[in-house]
Amino acid sequence: MATNPDALSPARPTAPAPDARIPDGPLDQKWKRRRFEMKLVNPANKRRYRIIVVGTGLAGGAAAASLGELGYEVLSFCIQDSPRRAHSIAAQGGINAAKNYQNDGDSVERLFYDTVKGGDFRSREANVYRLAELSLNIIDQCAAQGVPFAREYGGMLANRSFGGALVSRTFYARGQTGQQLLLGAYQALARQTAAGTVTQYPRAEMLELVVVDGRARGIVVRDLVTGRVGSFAAHAVVLATGGYGNVFFLSTNAKNSNATAIWRAHRKGALFANPCYTQIHPTCIPRAGAYQSKLTLMSESLRNDGRVWVPKRPGDARRPEEIPDSDRDYYLERMYPTYGNLAPRDISSRAAKTVCDEGRGVGPGGLGVYLDFRDAFARLGRRVLDERYGNLFEMYERITGDDPHVAPMRIYPAVHYTMGGLWVDYDLMSTIPGLFVAGEANFSDHGANRLGASALMQGLADGYFIVPYTVGDYLAHGGIAKLDEGHAAFRDAERDVAERTRRLLGVGGRKPVDDFHRELGELLWEDCGMARSRESLTRALERIPRIEEAFWRDLRVTGTGEELNQELERAGRVADYFELARLMCWDALQRNESAGGHFRVEHQTPEGEAARNDAEYAHVSAWEWRGPGEEPVLHKEPLRFEHVPLQQRSYK
Amino acid sequence: MRIFLEIWRQRSAADEGGFVRYDVPDVTEHMSFLEMLDVLNRRLVEAGDPPVAFDSDCREGICGMCGFLVNGQPHGPLRNATICQTHMRHFADGDMLRLEPWRAAAFPVLRDLCVDRGALDRIIASGGYVTVRTGSAPEANAIPVPKEAADRAMEAAACIGCGACVAACPNASAALFTGSKVTHLGVLPQGQAERRRRVVSMTEQARAEGFGHCTTIGACSRVCPAGIQLEVIARMNRDWLIAALSRREEEEPVAIAPRSSPMRFYEQAPPKTQR
Ligand SMILES: Cc1cc2nc3c(=O)[nH]c(=O)nc-3n(C[C@H](O)[C@H](O)[C@H](O)COP(=O)(O)OP(=O)(O)OC[C@H]3O[C@@H](n4cnc5c(N)ncnc54)[C@H](O)[C@@H]3O)c2cc1C
Ligand code: FES
Repeated sequence: MATNPDALSPARPTAPAPDARIPDGPLDQKWKRRRFEMKLVNPANKRRYRIIVVGTGLAGGAAAASLGELGYEVLSFCIQDSPRRAHSIAAQGGINAAKNYQNDGDSVERLFYDTVKGGDFRSREANVYRLAELSLNIIDQCAAQGVPFAREYGGMLANRSFGGALVSRTFYARGQTGQQLLLGAYQALARQTAAGTVTQYPRAEMLELVVVDGRARGIVVRDLVTGRVGSFAAHAVVLATGGYGNVFFLSTNAKNSNATAIWRAHRKGALFANPCYTQIHPTCIPRAGAYQSKLTLMSESLRNDGRVWVPKRPGDARRPEEIPDSDRDYYLERMYPTYGNLAPRDISSRAAKTVCDEGRGVGPGGLGVYLDFRDAFARLGRRVLDERYGNLFEMYERITGDDPHVAPMRIYPAVHYTMGGLWVDYDLMSTIPGLFVAGEANFSDHGANRLGASALMQGLADGYFIVPYTVGDYLAHGGIAKLDEGHAAFRDAERDVAERTRRLLGVGGRKPVDDFHRELGELLWEDCGMARSRESLTRALERIPRIEEAFWRDLRVTGTGEELNQELERAGRVADYFELARLMCWDALQRNESAGGHFRVEHQTPEGEAARNDAEYAHVSAWEWRGPGEEPVLHKEPLRFEHVPLQQRSYK
Repeated sequence: MRIFLEIWRQRSAADEGGFVRYDVPDVTEHMSFLEMLDVLNRRLVEAGDPPVAFDSDCREGICGMCGFLVNGQPHGPLRNATICQTHMRHFADGDMLRLEPWRAAAFPVLRDLCVDRGALDRIIASGGYVTVRTGSAPEANAIPVPKEAADRAMEAAACIGCGACVAACPNASAALFTGSKVTHLGVLPQGQAERRRRVVSMTEQARAEGFGHCTTIGACSRVCPAGIQLEVIARMNRDWLIAALSRREEEEPVAIAPRSSPMRFYEQAPPKTQR
């Protein structure tokens, strides 16, 4: 892969734009119209169609359950030992919906507007509008499933506010919203399992996508218990395999979150959109030592009542309680008087990095800022706050050994979410016909920055309300040839998988896989993290291949492929991360502007805010794989803003 | 600090297992228990030995993936915490800790500290849901839920499905697990329509999976990382009694997939249907 950035001027000719197939008509009629135009599958034929759904998080669980209800034969795969354990379970804060139950001026239009603006004008208006519309149905669906949302005394649903919005539209179930929403989807999935429409394959990892005659026709899977590798054929494949934040090694993602499924699909022809858009979450527990295995998020709902500060004077060694207000810098309130502690994530994270770079960070290594509840305790009392955040306070104390009732929390930004993902059209279909992508795995709705409580909303919108329709439309159009697992394409794919496993086991080096992963992650955090520059990205593009070479020279994976082998599982995922990491840097280098989570130090306003370049970069960057070490090809999907006028984001 | 470990090693479900001793000299108090095992595993790999297999995912105490016995205690000594959320500051330099997988007939060992908990999924599939088709739900605020009911439902729904309750129980009963779902849905208006049927099929399935009967010893609740209270079992029993007394002949509990062994899907021939 060339690393000469000058070869990347935006004027360079690029490949044709992929067609997003956005329906015509007024914004608020597009989804209605699309649904009406869809072809329907004859109910009697539905069970003859087999659909593979990889992933059982909110997106995959909801999609598999809903497709099963419709009568299709659904095969559902996940890595964990039960579908209920998908990474979605860890979401704490809540889920947005434009119900306007608080009568504070919310509406579908406002949620749409906030999301487009929050995404720094790098998302598709039509998709975002549909998301805002569907948010209403999601809450209805989940409440009917028995999700124990927080309630007011009158029995009505309660709301809280979240970063990036001035209305209170976030629904929550204590600090365990993701858990409760996922259990709702899981129970719906379990019901279909009992009904015989869905077959579950837990402890199974998809290692290859099978494409026949240009269509996605199945997957190759490794049984993580026995190590056996086998194939499943289907009429359509849905990937709902989550985000790729773990490419950084340290992130708030669950340990098994990974990019292999989408990366394999990318190598088989699916374009990968906006890989450089990663979200760094402002409120995580700082890392404690070199052995750190992952980072823990403290829900940003804490920012509703907690105030973020650092000492005014660098190196102030006093304990936080001893520092008077006059010596504290409540920097978010100072810099963003309107939004204050609720400024969007990218802005809050960068502000934390700035004050730490100034030497005013707190805790070991100076990599932390305070999140202080002193004033909230005085104002609301302990009982109210414990009701709101009790389990978060406990979690913090359990991990750090410090009680947030006594001293402020220490927090620091950490990698949290990836806005990039496989490119999909309005129907959530990738550039491979028959391959649908849902949830965090696609790039669709959040542009360059996702607002809090919007990922759960998107995952469930995709899974319950979009994919079940659009997959049906794809099937109803016909033309899908008969084939089974005996087809040569499956044999070839299985052989490739076996060969990769053999290679990983056969390196015969000395170092465990995590060593390489950590090294890659640290490099990305430094060079393609919260702030990027042409220099850092060029450096990263030179250094990643060196770590990759060392990996293939000095890796040691013990054991065999025919057993439960967690080192082998991780090694396969890390091998894919090297290629993905390069694409991320390549994309970041090509995007000569700052937008949302992508902050290029060369492109900032005099106040240090992200400076977009709408004239040249108001597009989705969708990358085509050309082979290992080859330069990827850029396809640009232009973005038009007809309803939310392009403007510099301001949260002042 | 230095920790001595005695860990159950078993290569697969079919192999014999046994305890092996390890010494981890470089432990710090801020490490989580699983990070301590990561450190051990790193050394084992460097030495060319197979690392200890243990399950984990979120490492935040919410997914329920982790769990094993530490000196006989499910999830170790800390109350209301999973082992992934237990830090080494709760142990002392020189401690000798014995780690073994959940012990229950319904949870076959797959390797080392990993077990098959599929039985819990099948209990849920037998009735632990509200039947509501996607898209058919009424407006969410149309059915008010008293705050007390919502709070009680949330407390029961907090179960993470880790299986510690079963491991703690001398009868290997899954009553706390089953009772938490029965209670979660049973106290909400949305769960009423299927309330009786649910409790019957779920308890029936639990029995068929080989879980023992509850004799209200209470060990389950003491080790539960999610703090589920014994009260959920009392509620389940009451619902069951009402359901049993008012059960009509034709209302047989739904049949559910047969109890499967730890045998995995590729031990049967892969599907070969014309597609
Ligand atoms: C700590 C934390 C807190 C969060 N809090 C919030 C919040 O409050 N509000 C909000 O809106 N968002 C929140 N988010 C973001 C949100 O949780 C995620 O974006 C969302 O849950 C992703 O859901 P998903 O269904 O796309 O994927 P996931 O839940 O990540 O599920 C991925 C699934 O794919 C499976 N899988 C992956 N690869 C393979 C493979 N190769 N083969 C087989 N199976 C595979 C996995 O086993 C899993 O079942 C939070 C995220 C984190 C990390
Ligand atoms: S790893 Fe998720 S609960 Fe312990």
